[in-house]
Amino acid sequence: MITRLGRKGIDVVTELGEVTLFGLSSAGSLFSQRRLFEKLIRSIYEIGVRCVPITLIVGLFTGLVLGLQLYYVLTKFSSESLLGQAVALSIIMEIGPVFTAIMIVGQAGSALSAEIGIQRNAEQIDALKTMNINAKGFLVSPRLYAALICFPILTAFFDIVGIFGGHLTGVELLGVDGGAYWNRIYESVSLTNIRDGFIKALVFGILTTLICAFQGYFTHVKASVPGARGVSETTTRAVVLSSIVILASDYLITSFLLEK
Amino acid sequence: MSSENLVIRGLSKRFGSQVILDAIDMDIPLKSHTTVIGRSGIGKSVLLKCISGLLKADAGSISVSNSEVVPPCSYMFQQNALFDSLTVFENVALPLREKGQMGRKEILDTVSDILEKLELENALHKYPAEISGGMQKRVALARALITGPEIILFDEPTTGLDPERKFSVFDMIRRYREKFGFTVLMVSHDVPEVFEITDQVAWLDSGKIRYWGTPKQLMSSPPSELETFLNPSLETTQSSL
Repeated sequence: MITRLGRKGIDVVTELGEVTLFGLSSAGSLFSQRRLFEKLIRSIYEIGVRCVPITLIVGLFTGLVLGLQLYYVLTKFSSESLLGQAVALSIIMEIGPVFTAIMIVGQAGSALSAEIGIQRNAEQIDALKTMNINAKGFLVSPRLYAALICFPILTAFFDIVGIFGGHLTGVELLGVDGGAYWNRIYESVSLTNIRDGFIKALVFGILTTLICAFQGYFTHVKASVPGARGVSETTTRAVVLSSIVILASDYLITSFLLEK
Repeated sequence: MSSENLVIRGLSKRFGSQVILDAIDMDIPLKSHTTVIGRSGIGKSVLLKCISGLLKADAGSISVSNSEVVPPCSYMFQQNALFDSLTVFENVALPLREKGQMGRKEILDTVSDILEKLELENALHKYPAEISGGMQKRVALARALITGPEIILFDEPTTGLDPERKFSVFDMIRRYREKFGFTVLMVSHDVPEVFEITDQVAWLDSGKIRYWGTPKQLMSSPPSELETFLNPSLETTQSSL
């Protein structure tokens, strides 16, 4: 039992080291890339633009539900005028970055992992190597930098739509004063809150993109079976690991930021 | 034929305790066609991958006689390894766009020129999935040729092809080798068909090159241990599965 646990622990540490080295070599090879702007734009389209609809939809419904739930909690303390503040702070500091990251992982992260995994199985990554092209630079680094741009922007979209969703339920449906809703947001949300949300988005962007790319890139050694089933296995693992990492790192970042 | 050789010395590779290549020595004349034959899973593709640098050999060296510099080398994969989301033009232009010093116009001219020579000018804007298997092979060859390599490594280029297409791929390799003058090192299972186009045959067995000679020599007086491989029959091959 102890031996097995120890072995598992060593495996986890080894994989963490591998992901870190993979990330460093991918990030470092960006500036040796040709047609960098073109690759970045394509990656921004894949990670960012294609995730806008799902981010907006989830953001709107999250805001609607949050407005409803918080309204009924706040009425118990006759504090429904605080609804705007409660919705905005919950979304900007916590729900926005976390939900956005999970949505992007579901849409773009899984696609990234599967695409690179298929390219590995079809020997396309080996082909890049024989052409003397840096495979990590070509396949991973533009996506890594695109994630740094897209995650905060999509989080901002989520925040805005979510707060608007809270307004729809609280003000339009349940009769909270509109002026009080927006004024509370204006008074209580500071630039520090917004910055903290963006810090989370940036960290989630780097971590999830790395995990998804890593799982795809090493599908031939990470999957228990080769071929299509192997790609499906590593893609699933990429999404699950990314979601866990989002929640775990969210806790760590929040504790760190609140202590400051 | 050139008097220079691609010199491979003591090339070794093992996976765990299994020895795949056991101190292989080869002298491959440049501008010639050499085919490595041998049973499935014996390590022929590993040999090519070690030569190309895709796999790191445990020991050994690769050089060219009279020179320390190994000439540029390309690799043609069994399944072509074309990027399915790139067009034929983009696939062939990829090495030039990513590594070369050429401008847009020069790339366009170079790629168009090679696609024309390989009779692919009508497939320029098609995706690999939209063209035939034979055309895909030619696109892979065009991509391998675009950087002007002196050596091309072919990893079982006829896998999964019917006899007619098999011969057209062999014919394509022969014609374009004559036209472009590159060295071919090929791994193939297609014995004796491949003997029609190759200059030398190397038989890989148990990690060693057990036979090296011309196809003519091989067919006229095959070593006894190669007899079964060259002339398989149901009785003799029963145990090999």
